[in-house]
Amino acid sequence: MITDLFSTTVLIGILASGIRLATPYLYAAIGETFSQKSGVLNLGVEGQMLIGSFAAFYVAFTTGNLWLGLLVAMIVGALMGLVMAFVTVNLHAQQGISGIGFYLFGLGLSDLLFQRLIGNVETIKGFEKIYIPGLSDIPGIGQILFNQNILVYGAYLLVPLAWFVLNKTTLGLKIRAVGENPDAADSLGVSVARVRYFTIVLGGALSGIAGASLSIALLNVFQQNMTSGLGFIAVALVYFGAWKPVGVLGGALLFSMVNSLQLWIQVLGIPIPSDIAVMMPYVLTILVLVATVSRVRAPSALTKPFERDE
Amino acid sequence: MRQRLETLFDALLPVIATLAALAVGAVMLLFLKVNPLEAYAALLKGAFGSFNSFAETLVKATPLLLVALGICISFRGDVINIGGEGQMIVGAILATWIGLTFTDAPGWLIITLALLAGFLGGAVWGGIPGALKAYFNVNEILSTVMMNAIAVQLMNFLLRGPMIDPSQAEVASKIPQTARLLDAFQLERLAPTRLHMGALIAVVLAVLVYILLWRTTLGYRIRAVGQNPHASRYAGIKVPRYVVTALLLSGAFAGLAGAIQVYGVNYRMITDGSASGFTGSAGFNGIVAALFGQLHPLWSIPASVLFGALLVGANSMQRMVQVPSALITVLNGLVVIFVVSSEIWRRRRQRRRLVVGEEEAPPKPDKSQVQTGEAQK
Repeated sequence: MITDLFSTTVLIGILASGIRLATPYLYAAIGETFSQKSGVLNLGVEGQMLIGSFAAFYVAFTTGNLWLGLLVAMIVGALMGLVMAFVTVNLHAQQGISGIGFYLFGLGLSDLLFQRLIGNVETIKGFEKIYIPGLSDIPGIGQILFNQNILVYGAYLLVPLAWFVLNKTTLGLKIRAVGENPDAADSLGVSVARVRYFTIVLGGALSGIAGASLSIALLNVFQQNMTSGLGFIAVALVYFGAWKPVGVLGGALLFSMVNSLQLWIQVLGIPIPSDIAVMMPYVLTILVLVATVSRVRAPSALTKPFERDE
Repeated sequence: MRQRLETLFDALLPVIATLAALAVGAVMLLFLKVNPLEAYAALLKGAFGSFNSFAETLVKATPLLLVALGICISFRGDVINIGGEGQMIVGAILATWIGLTFTDAPGWLIITLALLAGFLGGAVWGGIPGALKAYFNVNEILSTVMMNAIAVQLMNFLLRGPMIDPSQAEVASKIPQTARLLDAFQLERLAPTRLHMGALIAVVLAVLVYILLWRTTLGYRIRAVGQNPHASRYAGIKVPRYVVTALLLSGAFAGLAGAIQVYGVNYRMITDGSASGFTGSAGFNGIVAALFGQLHPLWSIPASVLFGALLVGANSMQRMVQVPSALITVLNGLVVIFVVSSEIWRRRRQRRRLVVGEEEAPPKPDKSQVQTGEAQK
């Protein structure tokens, strides 16, 4: 049965679902890249994703409008980001711990609202696959890359966009300056607070989309704690990607491919206990952190609140 | 006089933070068209309404306190351990294995060994991220979260396979659970309640952790490393070693909490596939209790009782006013956010005192702490 893994159909299946599964990681990790680049560790990603995921599902379930669901997910994610920004930037809360608070808040609230407003597991019709004439017909590659829904394409477009903003625009320069040397940035007239507010709120909005991509584009259901650690892995991916969007893309693909392989192993009935297979991505995260973290340098001001010396 | 008032205010900060969290919770309840007063009344009644419900509160408080003790150690060492869930699970697995394997031994021996095994299992599960942080610079928050996920899968695998209850292995339902511990191996209970010896053990350990942190060199060094790793290095303290120790001990207490859950409450391990199915999220809620107790082992005792009460009360709230008990997770999250946010006032005042040159009175409870505004981050 192991040989089943190497048939063309299965390989295409693994790769196609790997490409698809990278979507939530990409949105969340690119958002996190922005906030970490500006010196803020947002550990509330998981909570923001859960809230976004629920909001998108609820709106889509009650109104039937997927785009409205996506928009609402973005807004609630951004709102959580706004509160997070206030707590980190103005109140100087220790970021690692306040992040846990936001995680618990999102975990509890999404569950509470789900039980009160929906009650049992329902499915909806999520974003449909988009057929691109020509590209989708290429054998193999077409099925893998060009037979996906809009949120998947969006996630991959986000990568070059993030790279461009961070490296080629004044805004990007400000973000990096604030993360590396807030005092210098401040003395040059850059508002550290405003930049960090921007990146944290942006991160929140993207986490909201990441959550929505699960509930209205990939899985099309909402369940209690349905992200199950995905948001934390997204944070790890930022370290893995050495704070570069392209690196994050590499990490997200590695993960989603392993995940996809793991799912296919279960589908094909290969005799590896499923619990052990599910463990793989998490073990991989740790190994990957060990292999990469000591080689690359984090933004100097990461997790350090900024206060002007009077 | 002013200073005394300020100290009092500092001590009350967590209480104020909790009241603020309850207020936000009340607003949310209003949105859900539930009378918040009714809901909170049901919660209080459920937690303290009778002797039995109070005993239940203490049962829930026990794992919270044990996890909180570990959190006091690690957070004081500036190491953030959110791997309590996984550490509880691994501790419980090892402890359960002892009880199911050595069935001929006397009860006291098995209980002792099992609790030690729990301690050890948690220590290993906490020590790994500790070593990764100390020697490979791996962020411990991320690694402990991953270790949680790995522990859950390990538990699911073991309870479905090698450790499954033999009677379940034969029937079709195959409930993923271990066999039940022998009666002789169960921790003493205060009949007719479920309150067990574990609660007493936790309180005794709280005192020991207090002594460890403030009366021993080890504790002093862990705190010194947490306050200012650079200064500690210059003072000749081997910083990585104390980072590992802090996480290792932190994990050990969580592991013990897991072992005590099995030997005091459930008498077997059973899984619903998730971590919280076994831990009741004590690995996270213990962090909340520790923060509420200002990372002080003794203050963590009343803090754990409070959060234990919330958990017990939540169940009766769910029954009486149909508010899902997930509300408590929301409240816990809010408490964490409010407590860490309110720290700023204490830090500001400390700095002002240093600047003005007023008498240096560090806020309670850490009397011996050398403090600078910088070091606290």
